[in-house]
Amino acid sequence: MSSVMPTPGQTIGPFFHYALPFEFDRELVAREQPDAVRLHGYVLDGDGHGIQDAMIEIRQADASGHVPEVPGSLRRDGASFTGWGRSSTDPTGHYWFSTLEPGQTDPDSAPFIAVTVFARGLLNRLFTRIYLPDDEASLSIDPFLSGLDEQERQAMTAIREPDGHLRFDIRLQGPDQSVFLTYPRHAG
Amino acid sequence: MDGQPLISKEIEDIHSSATPGETQPRLDFPPYRSSLLRHPTKDLRHVDPEGAELFAPVFGQSDVDVLEADLTIQAGGEPIGERITVRGRLIDGDGRPVRGQLIEVWQANSAGRYIHKRDQHPAPIDPNFTGVGRCLTDDDGNYLFTTIKPGPYPWRNHHNAWRPAHIHFSLFGTDFTQRMITQMYFPGDPLFALDPIYQSITDPAARDRLIAGYDHDESRHEWSMGYRWDIVLTGSHRTPMETEEDA
Ligand SMILES: [Fe+2]
Repeated sequence: MSSVMPTPGQTIGPFFHYALPFEFDRELVAREQPDAVRLHGYVLDGDGHGIQDAMIEIRQADASGHVPEVPGSLRRDGASFTGWGRSSTDPTGHYWFSTLEPGQTDPDSAPFIAVTVFARGLLNRLFTRIYLPDDEASLSIDPFLSGLDEQERQAMTAIREPDGHLRFDIRLQGPDQSVFLTYPRHAG
Repeated sequence: MDGQPLISKEIEDIHSSATPGETQPRLDFPPYRSSLLRHPTKDLRHVDPEGAELFAPVFGQSDVDVLEADLTIQAGGEPIGERITVRGRLIDGDGRPVRGQLIEVWQANSAGRYIHKRDQHPAPIDPNFTGVGRCLTDDDGNYLFTTIKPGPYPWRNHHNAWRPAHIHFSLFGTDFTQRMITQMYFPGDPLFALDPIYQSITDPAARDRLIAGYDHDESRHEWSMGYRWDIVLTGSHRTPMETEEDA
């Protein structure tokens, strides 16, 4: 297969809010659903200030570890789980999703939610992962997590809040910067 | 506030020390002042995609109305400006068409004004133009939007800063890892050399890839001007065995 040079990315800019958000964009499942979990956090700049014009997208498996490939994310029918959602940040940099906790897609790796980050001032998208905090057994056998140091592992793992919510902050810069990922085919 | 000569000098200095082949924008590009506190300083970590990363979200007819591809009919009356079509093909890094996938666009009106509460540019709002469109690619990866040519607009990066006219594009592939957002520009714009967002791509050939071509065969008699812009995503990580073979 011959490789073709990919089109360059550009920043999402400041004016996407009237175009990209849609009704129930961040509610992969209804908030009232008994197994719904609230995943939320802040997108922060190098000074620790919330970024008011960022956008987060997530992609994930359902609770059984199956990655759904079904349409309907833009006009949710209230029944199908599409495994994809989008949340812009508010003026404090806060984002949130109502979703399910993903199951393991592979018996040898820990479940995670895949994340893309966009923001004004960020010239190209960034990727990261949100690992779930509670399953020590799968976290300890995961080959990717095993290659990270303790600080990086923590930076990629959500925090379980007392009310059961998952908290995951995204820091674009600084000593406690998030771990951002690149995949083999990004290089050609 | 910094002036254009300083910004242009900073761009020139970065470009003169850049090596060819850097085909994506630099995240650390100080002439774009908003990037200063918003670029990672640690290297990206290499990882093999797994699980959900191998599967882009799926969109279908239930998500997008075919009329959403025509930005000139959404508000009841004809928007003001130069009516254009933008046509192109979405392919992946191996040249395969990306079929039935969502493309979202948004843009300023012909006067350079967005329908956005934070857009303070004192140019008129066009009551007949929202500047938002969506479509699904066809079975060969083709897309087509009908719209109005956007105007350039001022911004506050430096004194007398103006963005070249552009349309924002949001794109998905077959893998989650192919997700991207970019901007399409128009040929011959005198603002290219001055714009730190466009110039954040240091390789000139890669930069050119963001400029649509004027295509007279796409212009329609007594109706609209035609532009063509093809888009290439990064490669898929799924082996050809797992993906649909090309016919
Ligand atoms: Fe713009």
